[in-house]
Amino acid sequence: MGEIPEKFFIPDVVDVKQRKTDIGPPHYSNFLPPVIKKNYGNWKTHEILSPGLMVHIANSGDKIWTVRVASPRLLSTDTLREIADIADKYCDGYFRFTTRNNIEFLVSDESKVQPLIDELNAKKFMIGGIGSRVSNIVHTQGWIHCHSAAVDASALVKAIMDEFADYFTTKETPNKVRFAVACCTNMCGAVHCSDIAYVGIHRKLPRIDHDNFKNVCELPTTMAACPTAAITPDPAKKSIKINPEKCMYCGNCFSVCPALPIADPENDGVAIVVGGKVGNLRKPPMFSKLAVAYLPNNPPRWPEVVKATRKIFDAYIAGAKKHERVGEWIERIGWEKFFAVTGLPFTFQHIDDWTYAFKTFRTTTQFKWTK
Amino acid sequence: MTKKYDTPLLDELEKGPFPSFVTEIKKAAAKNPMAADELGQLEKSMRDKVTYWKHGGIVGVRGYGGGVIGRYSQLADEFPGVAHFHTVRVNQPAGLFYTSETIRFICDLWDKYGSGLTNFHGSTGDMVLLGTVTDNLEPLATILSLNGFDLGGSGSAMRTPSCCVGPARCEWSMIDTLDITYDLTQEFQDELHRPQFPYKFKIKTVGCPVDCNASIARADLSIIGTWKGPIEIDQDRVRDYAKKGVNIQEEIVNFCPGKCITWDGNNLAINNSDCLHCMHCITKLAGALKPTPPFGAVILIGAKAPFVIGATLSWVIVPFMELKPPYQELKDMIRNMWDWWNEYGKNRERIGELIIRRGMREFLEVCGLEPTPEMVKEPRNDPFWFWKEEDLEKKPWEEFLK
Repeated sequence: MGEIPEKFFIPDVVDVKQRKTDIGPPHYSNFLPPVIKKNYGNWKTHEILSPGLMVHIANSGDKIWTVRVASPRLLSTDTLREIADIADKYCDGYFRFTTRNNIEFLVSDESKVQPLIDELNAKKFMIGGIGSRVSNIVHTQGWIHCHSAAVDASALVKAIMDEFADYFTTKETPNKVRFAVACCTNMCGAVHCSDIAYVGIHRKLPRIDHDNFKNVCELPTTMAACPTAAITPDPAKKSIKINPEKCMYCGNCFSVCPALPIADPENDGVAIVVGGKVGNLRKPPMFSKLAVAYLPNNPPRWPEVVKATRKIFDAYIAGAKKHERVGEWIERIGWEKFFAVTGLPFTFQHIDDWTYAFKTFRTTTQFKWTK
Repeated sequence: MTKKYDTPLLDELEKGPFPSFVTEIKKAAAKNPMAADELGQLEKSMRDKVTYWKHGGIVGVRGYGGGVIGRYSQLADEFPGVAHFHTVRVNQPAGLFYTSETIRFICDLWDKYGSGLTNFHGSTGDMVLLGTVTDNLEPLATILSLNGFDLGGSGSAMRTPSCCVGPARCEWSMIDTLDITYDLTQEFQDELHRPQFPYKFKIKTVGCPVDCNASIARADLSIIGTWKGPIEIDQDRVRDYAKKGVNIQEEIVNFCPGKCITWDGNNLAINNSDCLHCMHCITKLAGALKPTPPFGAVILIGAKAPFVIGATLSWVIVPFMELKPPYQELKDMIRNMWDWWNEYGKNRERIGELIIRRGMREFLEVCGLEPTPEMVKEPRNDPFWFWKEEDLEKKPWEEFLK
């Protein structure tokens, strides 16, 4: 069991034999503020007091205030120490992170709430993200640290969050708008169920490094990685062949075989998918669906992607009823109207041609005229 | 340290209101040559529109099969500081709660042995320490363990379980998500640290159907708290909401997917037998409505991202399971499904894909689960079902036609 010591320590000389494996994480109770420990599982209600401030009220009458600030997820140790210093000053050292990478300062003493907010403002922290608005973007590593990224993730997140910052700090949306970025179709960022999401995509065949294939790849695994069976053996070269008519550029073969690089500076880019959600509120969870098949990679600020997002976002704000998520709004107005009100072009790429394509074809005469 | 590289493209990403990851890398780069070269390589990526990281590579720590992800630069000559730039996954405290001393310890450790760059947190939930060299891995893991921390999961293993904030700070949590996560993490240490499965296996636990941790989309095993009792109504507080401007008819009644709420302008009534347990009314009238026991969890299986067969959401396999320590029923079920998946799963086949390949019936039988209507959206619409010999013996019509 992971028990934390009375005082953390870093020895100058490390004896590796001292190491214990399989202790697991330290117990969460080590990190809970006393008011949370006391009222654990016994909360009555909460109120959102402003976009970045909420208070939770226990059945006992005790309260805890939460101040939420944005984080770029990638944090230097300097910034983490700054967060620790602020937590010491106002929160008896207690804070947490959200699953969307925001930082939450946990304040037990009401008189410290406003001074904390003042200091965070003075230090240019971005306060907000609670309630019906934009929260932080969940995303993947991108060019910072990943071998298969078709687009950078952190830069795209920065560009989008700068554009919609008002909707984090002050303005409301009909319901939460969850953005997500996955820098390739492996989707470590789980964009397949977000309101507005971005996927890095390729548009050209993997390039086969025949000389290296036999050294670094395994034939059956590589063939099995292909969803469309486009990969067949090439015994003469002790390598493989790719049937270009079958390849859909997913890059899964590269994930298992480094000798099939697919990254392409000119043709890689971003697809936008919309309307997904994970919660069971009102409608069941929904997958995101394709809104824009491709936009070019234009670092460092991806202006085309930001502009296309603006079209979708503004149409949602204008058209959705209060409490409707993007996907609920689209379902109500219909996809033909979604393309009409956003002005996004509908192209061949929007018509599914994969495994369950026929399930998405329309089998009714019920639709709306938009032209 | 003096500035090592010009970064005109990355400098653009320090403008604007959202906190900048570039500023973070620059802060680390001022003290750490690895972070400085990370900045240089990233600027080149922005210029050339392509990543410069090599494909994977095995590095590890003695006693573990995962927890560290090997990462090497393609441009080691140009950027020697990132020649190795491995990731260390550290198992996070459940609920992502921290104290300042804890985070300072992690910072001191990472300044000494790593790049000074972190992700709080990685997509699976771990604390991610970003960028170190192979020689530092053994001392890092040792010092972490001396201080009560352990590595997280990577590879074809049970990945670090994670959860929502749960009963620690949420009135809607109907199961103890933090305790379940901690308990399962401890129970399955071997499966977490020594990859032994066909592919990854993720467990996420959330306290209610709002699903703040996206378990239904992002976990092979999704555990979602729910309730069976009626929704308790505080009529005075509902009237308060109405007075404050909430249009109860429009915002609550009309949005109810079960069409089971009525409002006469003074009293709210709920026909609980038609309630779909979606949480909309409860979340929008916080404090006025609350779920009542029995509390338990819906257990779902099989979510994954699109590779290879397309994305799936988790499917219901147990409509309601009481979840009380030591969670034995759940643990036994997990071990049963793993045995089956280990026996039949192909390399890199997620458990959901195996269920599609071999059939939900076989999976349910392996788990010892009986069929119930809650498992499906609708029954099948074709007559091509599989009869087993034992099915031919059964005569259910004799019972239901009595």
